[in-house]
Amino acid sequence: MEGKVPFLPATASAHAGEMNWLFAGLVATSVFILLLVFGLMIVFCVRYRKGSGADRGDRMTKTWRVEVAWTAATFVLFMGLYAWGANLYIDLHRPPADATDIYVVGKQWMWKVEHPGGQKEIDALHVPVGRPVRLVLSSEDVIHDFAIPAFRIRQDAVPGRYETLWFTPTAVGDYHLFCAEFCGTDHARMGGTITVMEPGDFQRWLDQQGAMETLAQEGAALFRQYGCSGCHGAASTVHAPPLDGLFGRPVPLASGETVVADDRYIRDSILMPKAQVAAGYPPIMPSFAGQIGEDDLLKIVAYIKSLGTKERPAR
Amino acid sequence: MTTATFTGQSEEPAPGSQASYLTAEGFTLRSWLLTKDHKRIAILYTISITLFFFVGGAAATLIRFNLVTPPGLFQPDTYNRLFTMHGIVMVWFFLIPSIPTTLGNFLIPLMIGAKDLAFPRLNLLSWYLFVIAGVLGLIAIGAGGVDTGWTFYTPFSTMYSNGYVVLALAAVFVSGFSSILTGLNFIVSIHRLRAPGLTWYRLPVFCWSNYATALILVLATPILAITLALVAVERLLKVGIFDPALGGDPLLFQHLFWFYSHPAVYIMILPGFGVISEIVPCFARKPLFGYKFVVWSSIAIAGIGFFVWAHHMFVAGISLYAGLVFSLLSYIIAVPSAIKVFNWTATLHKGWISFDAPMLYALGFIGLFTIGGLTGLFVANLAFDVHATDTYFVVAHFHYIMVGGMVSAYFGGLHYWWPKITGRLYPEWWARIAAILIFFGFNLTFFPQFILGYLGMQRRYASYPPEFQIWNVLSSAGASILAVGYALPLFYLGWSLWRGQKAGPNPWAATGLEWRTPSPPPPHNFDVTPTVTRPPYQYRPDPEPQDV
Repeated sequence: MEGKVPFLPATASAHAGEMNWLFAGLVATSVFILLLVFGLMIVFCVRYRKGSGADRGDRMTKTWRVEVAWTAATFVLFMGLYAWGANLYIDLHRPPADATDIYVVGKQWMWKVEHPGGQKEIDALHVPVGRPVRLVLSSEDVIHDFAIPAFRIRQDAVPGRYETLWFTPTAVGDYHLFCAEFCGTDHARMGGTITVMEPGDFQRWLDQQGAMETLAQEGAALFRQYGCSGCHGAASTVHAPPLDGLFGRPVPLASGETVVADDRYIRDSILMPKAQVAAGYPPIMPSFAGQIGEDDLLKIVAYIKSLGTKERPAR
Repeated sequence: MTTATFTGQSEEPAPGSQASYLTAEGFTLRSWLLTKDHKRIAILYTISITLFFFVGGAAATLIRFNLVTPPGLFQPDTYNRLFTMHGIVMVWFFLIPSIPTTLGNFLIPLMIGAKDLAFPRLNLLSWYLFVIAGVLGLIAIGAGGVDTGWTFYTPFSTMYSNGYVVLALAAVFVSGFSSILTGLNFIVSIHRLRAPGLTWYRLPVFCWSNYATALILVLATPILAITLALVAVERLLKVGIFDPALGGDPLLFQHLFWFYSHPAVYIMILPGFGVISEIVPCFARKPLFGYKFVVWSSIAIAGIGFFVWAHHMFVAGISLYAGLVFSLLSYIIAVPSAIKVFNWTATLHKGWISFDAPMLYALGFIGLFTIGGLTGLFVANLAFDVHATDTYFVVAHFHYIMVGGMVSAYFGGLHYWWPKITGRLYPEWWARIAAILIFFGFNLTFFPQFILGYLGMQRRYASYPPEFQIWNVLSSAGASILAVGYALPLFYLGWSLWRGQKAGPNPWAATGLEWRTPSPPPPHNFDVTPTVTRPPYQYRPDPEPQDV
């Protein structure tokens, strides 16, 4: 870091590579327009300065043709830039199906990370190179934002809901993690390091964290502890929706709509069960809002995700 | 009306034949504090916002001091209060009132050939509301400050902040009513009080721009008032509106806040467009190129400006489709801004250009606004914004618009109409030096912040990783030049009040009704209501005899 003036951030994900081209395109467009406008301004200011003998005859008086021309040209150029950025943004909302889910909870002023195998980190995230990772973000207090400049991505962690963020690291190394949404006193220190490792090194790192229960196993215990199994368990006599194989499936609602059972739906159904009632079931489930912390909640969600999809929790 | 009246050669009353607005009501403090004269109220506003400009500027100075070293000089809580104070003071107590309440207040009646604004008492009331709001703001700062940022994001502001949030909210709330009354006054005046023959398409662009601004002030500010009141209700009474722990929705706050605050960005720049559209034709001695396009682009910006708010929220948790729509609309609103830049540039073509201080500010404005506008294309871009939002890239972008643009336009306008307001000329060379210092100081301060932001330096950081230091040092060095540039006019403009050369009614040989009355104008502006027979900006190609 000493003696070298940084101009561009590191490029360490597949998306960051695409972003470099977008950035170059935006810069090229801007420089072109800047040179055009500044060039004309300078030429006019010199040529038509008061006292110069330049010819001022035959001035343009009807202007609408020129106006329409440059308005149309600007519009077309802008639409091109829009489409380019929009296309990449759509990709950011389409995580690949085989992405590993890692849970992240923000709180004043730290990031808590939980891997599917139960490994926990604070203000740090270890990920393998070349494998897609999906982060499920939540917050215990105020809005935070999980920003990784080397990957060119960020997402607010909003209290009361799950947001997701995905990336595929492409370069081994340590990168900055920042909180990018102002969150109080130590906002500037709420950061850490993203460590991208070779898959073998990453596996060794996971193993070194010691033997522990996976997130789903911890969630299974909580599922019993909070009494969820009383109604949703296999032996239950209460008429409650079965949860096996629920994750990722469309759920018909009593309102006639259909939602896909993703992290957010499961979380909302625990905290606000009356909001989206599954069709055919009486709305008898009590709300768990304020009774389950974000840490426990994400374990229960991980457990429900693991039900009926035997391969998933093994990761 | 003959063309001769536009050249400033005729109708000049004998000096001292008539008391000006500065002397007619006497010199007592009472005569100022109870005045209903729009010109005196404009002066009251100018003094008030100048005070706040230096309060906000002092906070900016301390911010740049703090960021010279990576660990920072101040405690984080102190730093958080500094940038919050800087933002609140500069947005609501300088930028939003800046051109409308000073130059707008002073010039709109003169430009439309009226004796005063439609509601002179309301005008004075709006100044008093502004002062009450300002005092509340200063009390909040004096009591210990606020640490929410000027954006008051929930649930931080409602449940977690340890500052004087409600007091600051009250200050902004009251200032909103001042804005609404000013906007109302402008709209009614421009509709009802135009001189005979002054049709809409003969209206100077400065009036059009302030008209567009007034529409936003009247339509958007109530949303802010309601939103801030809801924040206060949640903070004081713990009623769940925005905090999810109480059953509220934090994104609701952002939608409501930006529904005001994005149009407010146009409140802060449209009047600047108006000033530049007056200055450029005058010093290029040519009619404004594409008058109707410039006018309608202002109205278009005011209208479309209400439909782009969620581009502040691309990573806040809005849906993919909302993101796609708001980015599209943000690109669309960039088109009318580009049209303006092209028209100002084309106005220079085949002109007789001179480079007096107002023109230097205007050219500086076009340059800085163009950079600000082009980087707007970056942050309106969905994928780019995901990387750049909440970094110094955004900070640099909006400072190029707000400070490089609006403050340059304000200074340009202040110099251009200074002879009209005070009856005195300022020392030209000092003014040119200040204009040039501001341009270079500004670029040195804020251009490095684009690089910082793209590198990944987040905004509102009291401390930062050491590799960002070099750009922060450059930025702080630029800020010291900028500070000198901004302080200089205080001295030479102040000096000119007593020692400046008498200006005469029309020192720039400018068109426009405000130049057809003595400088400083008499209390009721015109002895005889003027009649208008021609479009604005009928500058004649031959400049020599006009430059007396």
